[in-house]
Amino acid sequence: MNFDLYGFGPALLAGTWMTIQLALTSLVVGLMLGLLGALAKTSPYRVLRWLGDAYSTLVRGVPELLWVLLIFYGTVGAVRALGEMIGQPDLELSPFAAGVLALGLCFGSYATEVFRGALLSIPRGQREAGLALGLSRKRIFTQLVLPQMWRVALPGLGNLFMILMKDTALVSVIGLNEVMRQAQIAVTASKQPFTFFMVAAVIYLTLTVFSMLALHWFEKRANRGFGRSRA
Amino acid sequence: MNWELILKYLPRLAEGAWLTLELVGIAVVVGLLIAIPLGLARTSRHWYVQAVPYSYIFFFRGTPLLLQLFLVYYGLAQFDAVRQGPLWPYLRDPYWCALIAMTMHTSAYIAEIIRGAIQAVPTGEVEAARALGMSRRQTIWHVVLPRAARIGLPAYSNEVILMLKASSLASTVTLLELTGMARTIIARTYMPVEIFFAAGLFYLVMTFVLVQVFRLLERWLRVDMLQGR
Repeated sequence: MNFDLYGFGPALLAGTWMTIQLALTSLVVGLMLGLLGALAKTSPYRVLRWLGDAYSTLVRGVPELLWVLLIFYGTVGAVRALGEMIGQPDLELSPFAAGVLALGLCFGSYATEVFRGALLSIPRGQREAGLALGLSRKRIFTQLVLPQMWRVALPGLGNLFMILMKDTALVSVIGLNEVMRQAQIAVTASKQPFTFFMVAAVIYLTLTVFSMLALHWFEKRANRGFGRSRA
Repeated sequence: MNWELILKYLPRLAEGAWLTLELVGIAVVVGLLIAIPLGLARTSRHWYVQAVPYSYIFFFRGTPLLLQLFLVYYGLAQFDAVRQGPLWPYLRDPYWCALIAMTMHTSAYIAEIIRGAIQAVPTGEVEAARALGMSRRQTIWHVVLPRAARIGLPAYSNEVILMLKASSLASTVTLLELTGMARTIIARTYMPVEIFFAAGLFYLVMTFVLVQVFRLLERWLRVDMLQGR
């Protein structure tokens, strides 16, 4: 085995940075979609509940890879039409944007369930107390419900983030230069497939370990003042 | 939406869906067989028994399936010993490579499910079996495993559905399962929206049917009767 990686070290490092950017951007999109989905599912309006159900069922029933492909190849016509409307006929979705949309969509569909569980864990009495104190609905949500939901939802979201981190590899299929694709490029040039895919595996394992540590820190912080329940 | 086109390629997509089911079916059954000893070893009190299954599970749960697939399909060819070995006719066939990668991947996840299920078997039941004079082997075989099977079944059904979706990755090593078939048809027709939509419907239907099958299985094994402790 050759330890200077045949000069592909910097490319793999750049790929790692791209993977991290992709995972974090998708996380933000996914968290927002998940929160919206959970709010829709617990809303008093039937249309919104139906929409939330449809979102989580449809997206979770179709493979992530299919979403990546569908969003990248399937929206070419629509995006071009949109581009012509705003006067930019060459408008197209970059692999990064398509990846963020697809992974965010999938993350959001699972996060919907996590957030819904967390929403339901907050006693109704607290909302009523908020109303009785004269807080507006918006303030009840942002200052009373949301901070407490975070603590309950964190372990579930952490699991989802681990899955998201590994799903970023799928975006290599549409040509984004993240770790997996950089490894493939290195393989084509060096004819050392096992070596480079193993290096990529080590990179993913390192990322997983780091996100586990980060999650542990977040959970500890969020649980300040709470005894951990022992089953 | 061009419905005629979807209708025209429906039989080809069904063919792909069949291969998808075949891959998933074999992977989750063989994966379960591999996972049982792994899961049992993970509950061992001795660190040296735990070490091997722990590293196996850590590797397969910590890296993407796509990577594992490429390691098997492209990676193994780097070694002359493999290329000249007796297994080479299998290891260069994408079908076998996909099966190997998927089986190893899912067995790591199932092993963790089994470990959780075994540890959830109430200690009192194990002690009762031992007190009745059952040997350790008998206790595992007649009490722990049947009990753990029922505790772990809902999680196992989740894993099967996750594998159904993960099997779409086999298309990246040229296998014509559902996603691969869809991509081939799109390369010919340039109709990505219609064909991916139809493939998505196939996945939804398969997921739905699997959920119902597991619901029946849970009823048959009386899973709900055993939950109240």
